Amino acid sequence: MAITDVYDFYRKMEDEKIILSFKGEFTADLLTSVLHILESKMIELNINSKQKKRVFNVMVECFQNLYHHIEELDVDNETVKIQKSALIMIKHVDGKFIVRTGNFILNSGIADLKRKLAMVNALTTDELRALYQTKLKMNERTDKGTAGLGLIDIARKSKNKLEYEFLDISTDSSFFCLNVIIE
Amino acid sequence: MEKLHLEGSAKTPTISFNQETGVLELRGRSIPENSIEFYNPLHAWLDEYENAPNHTTILDMKLEYFNTSSSKCILDLFKRLEKMNGDITAVHVNWYFETEDEDMAEAGEDYQAIVQLPFSIIEVEEI
Repeated sequence: MAITDVYDFYRKMEDEKIILSFKGEFTADLLTSVLHILESKMIELNINSKQKKRVFNVMVECFQNLYHHIEELDVDNETVKIQKSALIMIKHVDGKFIVRTGNFILNSGIADLKRKLAMVNALTTDELRALYQTKLKMNERTDKGTAGLGLIDIARKSKNKLEYEFLDISTDSSFFCLNVIIE
Repeated sequence: MEKLHLEGSAKTPTISFNQETGVLELRGRSIPENSIEFYNPLHAWLDEYENAPNHTTILDMKLEYFNTSSSKCILDLFKRLEKMNGDITAVHVNWYFETEDEDMAEAGEDYQAIVQLPFSIIEVEEI
């Protein structure tokens, strides 16, 4: 890769209206920094507080989904090596924000994730709300406090269908791409 | 009994609880990675408060936003106050939301629908 390729990266990010991006291991401290940067950007762009909070909410849920997912990988899978680094980027296009994430996932987990994504995408706003309430009431959660509400909340805040793809990487793993649009 | 005061951070709300007035306030954002761990001190404090509560207990929820893992902990708090509510202390929840923040108003209504407590949803210009 030539040194000047950095310009291509720059142009690409500029053309794609990417206001923030990070690739690497997701840590708790990183979220604090990302939120801080995003907050300044929002002020600079003069974003109204409703949209701002929705973007923050979606960003936090996406980020923490990945954070907890990667933590689980550590515990459950000593046999299968999977890359723990992930990608998050935020675009601001025509007044909309787009939160895009990419991460490696074990193929064994795909069916369950696809089922959840298909479910939230099939529901109306009111149905999503009802599902959220039902899940909230049920006393199910991990010892970290995660409760399977993340995708439902992301869909509620987005007011759009979640877009996603799974790319084949190896016999054990795939790359999961998620695209969330916030009006 | 000591007053409880936890200073907020970029990811956690400021929590203050004064036993003499019975006012418990959560203010700011609640988005910690591990919310159970974060809310433990509050429950420890409530363990003690429960023995000699004020005749009224007011919960002021002034949250900017919260993550889904906090949403379960917030429900735990409501459930706990639901049990305490009765002859010894009368519990009331004030759920604040900023004008135009319909998501936070909705979140309050979601709790109102599943918790048996006197519940006011209050619109303010700025929290």
